[in-house]
Amino acid sequence: MDPNLLTHWQNISGFLGFYYIALALMNGIAAFVVWRRSHATVGPVLLLLLSLVYVGVLAPLAFSADATWMPRMPSWFTQLTNEILGGSWGAVIYTVGSIVLLGGLFVARKFFVRPDVAWILLNASLLALGLSFSDPNFYAIAAKPDNVPIVGLIFLLGFFTWLATSRAVENDARALEGRPPLEKENDEKILVWPDLVYTELICMILLTALLLFWAIGLDAPLEEPASSVKTPNPSKAPWYFLGLQEMLVYFDPWMAGVVLPSLIVVGLMAIPYLDFNPKGNGYYTIEDRKFSYLMYQFGFLVLWITLIVLGTFLRGPNWNIFAVYEYWDPHKVEALNNIDLSNMFWEQLMGVSLPKAPNEAGFFTQLGFILYREWLGIAVTLLYFIMLPPLMAATVFRGFFVKMGFMRFMVMSNLILFMALLPIKMVLRWTVNLKYIIAIPEYFLNL
Amino acid sequence: MPATDRSSLSDAIRNSQIWKSIFRHPAPLDRRNRIVVVLTNFFLHLHPVSIKKQGIALSFTWCMGGVTFFLFLVETITGVLLMFYYRPTLEWAFQDILSLRDVASLGILRELHRWGAHAMVITVWLHMYRVFLTGSYKPPREFNWVIGVILLLLTLLLSFTGYLLPWDQLAIWAITVGSNMARATPFLGYEGPGQALFNVGGIDMITSASDARFMLLGERSVGEVTLNRFYILHCIAIPLAVAFLLAIHFWRVRKDGGISGPL
Ligand code: HEM
Repeated sequence: MDPNLLTHWQNISGFLGFYYIALALMNGIAAFVVWRRSHATVGPVLLLLLSLVYVGVLAPLAFSADATWMPRMPSWFTQLTNEILGGSWGAVIYTVGSIVLLGGLFVARKFFVRPDVAWILLNASLLALGLSFSDPNFYAIAAKPDNVPIVGLIFLLGFFTWLATSRAVENDARALEGRPPLEKENDEKILVWPDLVYTELICMILLTALLLFWAIGLDAPLEEPASSVKTPNPSKAPWYFLGLQEMLVYFDPWMAGVVLPSLIVVGLMAIPYLDFNPKGNGYYTIEDRKFSYLMYQFGFLVLWITLIVLGTFLRGPNWNIFAVYEYWDPHKVEALNNIDLSNMFWEQLMGVSLPKAPNEAGFFTQLGFILYREWLGIAVTLLYFIMLPPLMAATVFRGFFVKMGFMRFMVMSNLILFMALLPIKMVLRWTVNLKYIIAIPEYFLNL
Repeated sequence: MPATDRSSLSDAIRNSQIWKSIFRHPAPLDRRNRIVVVLTNFFLHLHPVSIKKQGIALSFTWCMGGVTFFLFLVETITGVLLMFYYRPTLEWAFQDILSLRDVASLGILRELHRWGAHAMVITVWLHMYRVFLTGSYKPPREFNWVIGVILLLLTLLLSFTGYLLPWDQLAIWAITVGSNMARATPFLGYEGPGQALFNVGGIDMITSASDARFMLLGERSVGEVTLNRFYILHCIAIPLAVAFLLAIHFWRVRKDGGISGPL
């Protein structure tokens, strides 16, 4: 038995014990609520049993911090996770896995919004979280004070996505039957005093209580005094910008840090002026606005949130990928053998070295040689931004083009193409080790 | 105590000159008075008098805009309190944060402010998420969405500028990583594409001492000038901008016809 592990268990056993008691309470309350509402027996009994397992088995075992009995993730599971996520394919498996997972939830949304299914998923993820806390490496990252909000964010997003989706599913079903959306039934007018004022008051009191608990329970982090010579490894931006920092893996700072973030802001502002669909205003729905729904979810959940989660929990020293149960070893090496498109074309395909202007050549000769060297990348990029929009307008997006008009369609298609750059570059990096499509370091212009 | 006594006590309070001078209106128990109280109370007049039931349904709005606003108020109050303890200089910044933990009474002030800030970033995202999912940015609310996006940006910048103030390792390196990006701004950063275009008589105009990053930091790397800039942005400039935009945001919610709903 590793003494460090035992110390870790002793340190967190109190917290974990109460954690399982909280889970028991959660299920107990749910049992009561279900019983009150439906007077069914099977559901409440199962919930009560689950609650009993939490309070009667897991909580005492966690409090005991016993070397053999401490509840924890089975070691085959942690090892497998480390193998899969911590290997050189970690980023690929994580990203593709997230997309497959979210896609699956979307496709089978009618199944996953069922309260019983959602409740099982919630329990499973909370249990997995609790079991994982027993792993010191996991705990070191997930319970780092500044990371706690992100754990919260994941659960909040899960909950609200479930809430919104279940209403959308219901509204879409109602629409098929020719009935108005749920929201229509709440059309009557009520007085702000007392209904709204009291809701606000109760919300404020609950939130204040929550913040006080959080502040008392968790100290704000304070590290050593600032020193401009001691660079921490890894150096991370604040968590809400980690999606941008993650883009640095695939793009140079001028794209990842300036152009793409500006386009995110511009693109968000443009949404109301691009979405010409009058349906889906003021109620939850998916069927009435599938395209804009999927676009937004792809940008927000996939490209923004999962990258933040990746940057927070999986990126360790030297910006290498570390699985959640893996020790952050600063000496872990990852082979970097990425090459530019121009290398591929000239060296690998043509078998010659890169064209290079003579040293004494003037500015325009230099420029000419650079353009010649990078001609393929430049051509591909120009084709991408200039040829694709008209192609889209003529084919799949024909209906959009007709309704939106030239200007609006061009803005939308270019925003979409910029957004698609990130996944495209990810895939090219993973499959053919592509570094830059256009590489002009002479002018800091790498794409 | 018999019930009559209690009601006479509360009656006495409610009928006192002091109470009546503060609350200009008796407790509203009927419809007419409930309308009047919202119209005549300074804090309540932000609200309309009546509202569609769905506008206050938690399952519809998630109350996330309201929660974000509440957190903004919490941040303002705790922030002002923190300002009493904190001096934005290299000599004192870190020390003052240390004493906030070790010496100051009410030792959770900093925690309240920091966790409130994290929470605000999360709730503003959730608010935007809900506004999108209910399609509430569609006409006539397009412009309020645009104001919202600026508010989102300002919320992130508030959090970012505040991150530097404790002046510990976490702080300066996070800000260094973040602000290094500005170095690569096209045309305006000294390592950005097109930087060489601003060249007068063979002399580069955009250097590490004149580019976008320098403007942000006030020097070539994160130091005392930066601390001062971020302090002022964090405590004065951005909060004022947020307060101004919030006023418009709320006003627009009402002028655009209240919380959105199906036609
Ligand atoms: C500091 C940040 C913000 C605060 C305090 C805030 C506050 C509010 C509040 C209190 C409401 C009333 C309804 C509700 O609570 O949902 C509201 C509505 C609205 N907000 Fe925000 N908001 C903020 C940021 C944003 C952002 C980032 C967006 C979108 C990008 C946005 C867009 C809107 C829109 C379109 C409405 C009208 C919704 C409807 O009619 O259903 N707001 N906001």
